[in-house]
Amino acid sequence: MTALLPRRGLAQILALIVILAVDRVVSPQFFDLRLQDGRLFGSLIDVLNRGTPVALLSLGMVLVIATRGIDLSVGAVMAICGAIAASLADSHGLPVVLAAALGAGLLCGLWNGFLVAVLGMQPIVATLILMVAGRGIAQLITEGRIVTFSSPDLVWLGNGSVLGLPVPVVIALGMLILTGAVVRGSALGLLIEATGGNARASELAGVGTRAMILSVYVWCGVCAALAGVIAAADIMGADANNAGLWLELDAILAVVIGGTSLFGGRFSLVLAVLGALIIQTMNTGILLSGYPPEFNLLVKAVVVLAVLLLQSPKFSGLAGIAARLRRTKA
Amino acid sequence: MTPKALFAASAMAALLLALPASAGQLTIGFSQIGSESGWRAAETSVSKQEAAKRQVNLKIADAQQKQENQIKAIRSFIAQNVDAIFLAPVVSTGWDSVLKEAKEAKIPVVLLDRDIDPSGKELYLTAVTSDSVHEGAVAGDWLAKTVGEKACNIVELQGTVGASVAANRKKGFDTAVAKHPNLKVVRSQTGDFTRAKGKEVMESFIKAEGGGKNICAVYAHNDDMMVGAIQAMKEAGLKPGKEILTVSIDAVPDIFKAMAAGEANATVELTPNMAGPALDAIAAFKDKGTVPPKWIQTESKLYTAADDPQKIYDSKKGLGY
Repeated sequence: MTALLPRRGLAQILALIVILAVDRVVSPQFFDLRLQDGRLFGSLIDVLNRGTPVALLSLGMVLVIATRGIDLSVGAVMAICGAIAASLADSHGLPVVLAAALGAGLLCGLWNGFLVAVLGMQPIVATLILMVAGRGIAQLITEGRIVTFSSPDLVWLGNGSVLGLPVPVVIALGMLILTGAVVRGSALGLLIEATGGNARASELAGVGTRAMILSVYVWCGVCAALAGVIAAADIMGADANNAGLWLELDAILAVVIGGTSLFGGRFSLVLAVLGALIIQTMNTGILLSGYPPEFNLLVKAVVVLAVLLLQSPKFSGLAGIAARLRRTKA
Repeated sequence: MTPKALFAASAMAALLLALPASAGQLTIGFSQIGSESGWRAAETSVSKQEAAKRQVNLKIADAQQKQENQIKAIRSFIAQNVDAIFLAPVVSTGWDSVLKEAKEAKIPVVLLDRDIDPSGKELYLTAVTSDSVHEGAVAGDWLAKTVGEKACNIVELQGTVGASVAANRKKGFDTAVAKHPNLKVVRSQTGDFTRAKGKEVMESFIKAEGGGKNICAVYAHNDDMMVGAIQAMKEAGLKPGKEILTVSIDAVPDIFKAMAAGEANATVELTPNMAGPALDAIAAFKDKGTVPPKWIQTESKLYTAADDPQKIYDSKKGLGY
């Protein structure tokens, strides 16, 4: 079977199909779709729509992880940029709001990149600084309240639809295509992988590793900013205490489920986004199942373990041996 | 809070601090947790208002969520020989030694909003807190009365799993609803007390319950989750407040906005006015030596669309929620 199908991505696609099938069992109307006020309505759309913030985060995170880095600050950056967007939404036009929010994300990324690439700090420590401080900055912007707004333009970013699809989903798709075109349409992706694979060797071979590392953190910041704006637009308010809380962990998980190693090197954008969708398919399934909420985290942990075991070469080796033993017995 | 209101509030606070304490005037130190939520900010501003109303000199120390800061603040209040100390404890244990110091200095301590470890009962005068089981019961009773005899499927948005407030608000509601066999909680999930989660969970409830047709009422453990749930219902083409009844707890300004728009039905107030009853208890204790009961329960008032929600929204929105 492995000979017929491409090895890469098989485990993820299988996992997604299995989880979708389980969702169909716990909730018979899972695949039902209908049009509601000009937009598609159904659990599948919920999966795509609710998966958008983590999918966007994972787009930036996968590049950072490919350089052997990690960015713990994305959740806090979401909170900062959402707070900025919400504070400006009712007094300024959408272009200004977006420019300010994405600009703030870019600055946050630049800060992280500067600490890692220029000062040579370990990524986990360098980004921890902004993870902690960032939420405080967001709380300062909102003065600890939930800042609400009614600007129809910004609300549309969270709740509008294009050809029946929610706007956030279209944005995420656009970002996936854009990121893919930039890193895979040029040698950039290869240089990022080289930096992560062996920074010293790449440096000696003439790769500008510092520039590579700096730019992936900047991109990660911009992706987080976009996720933050969408999260704020979704609830028509910026909640500095909770926006993006712990989402950095979901984003890292999405990248890992997507098969990219935390040790850097080869990465896949599409599989990282698929990883985000796997997480959300599972979350939505849990919400639909009607199990008591005390089980949420347990179910999630078991599924994640199963998906990662599927990808583990040693585990599939063991499974193969077990299958052969059974066959010889029979 | 608008910058203007903030300026006015700080100017008022500065004025209060600058006033020389007159002979009969009480000076009270208040160790506040911090400003982790809108409710907490509202509690601080209401405390200032209540103190000003009674011409009490209230000194507020913001502990920024740290117990050691609260202990430092209490020691400094003892050193200043204040007439009483208000404490909103950030955690429930570890207060014994500092409260003993206050007791030795004969300064009464009143706990606001949260209780502390039972071993320390004799170390404070009284605790002014809300009963979150009762809050849930008020919500359940309102729903039972409003629905009447017809069958009603309820979906519940719980607070954070493991939070005592969430468990209590669930318990109170369940007990009230259990008396009416026509009311049934069909789905219950956690929305982590946040708008975003409240919206996401409500979206899935709507899909799981036939596009929302089988849902007669939503009960949320706080207003923020309900605000999210109302958005989810509207986006699904449902009419919250009319087709689906809503009841939640806290009474934050935004739920009154929804109520004024006819999209929410009822909320149970977790009053930010914990200082008012505490100030009255201290005044009676100082003047006549009246020892208050160990626990002063604040009122869990029910608000519905009949209570002029727009007016309440206007009066609440400046408090810092």
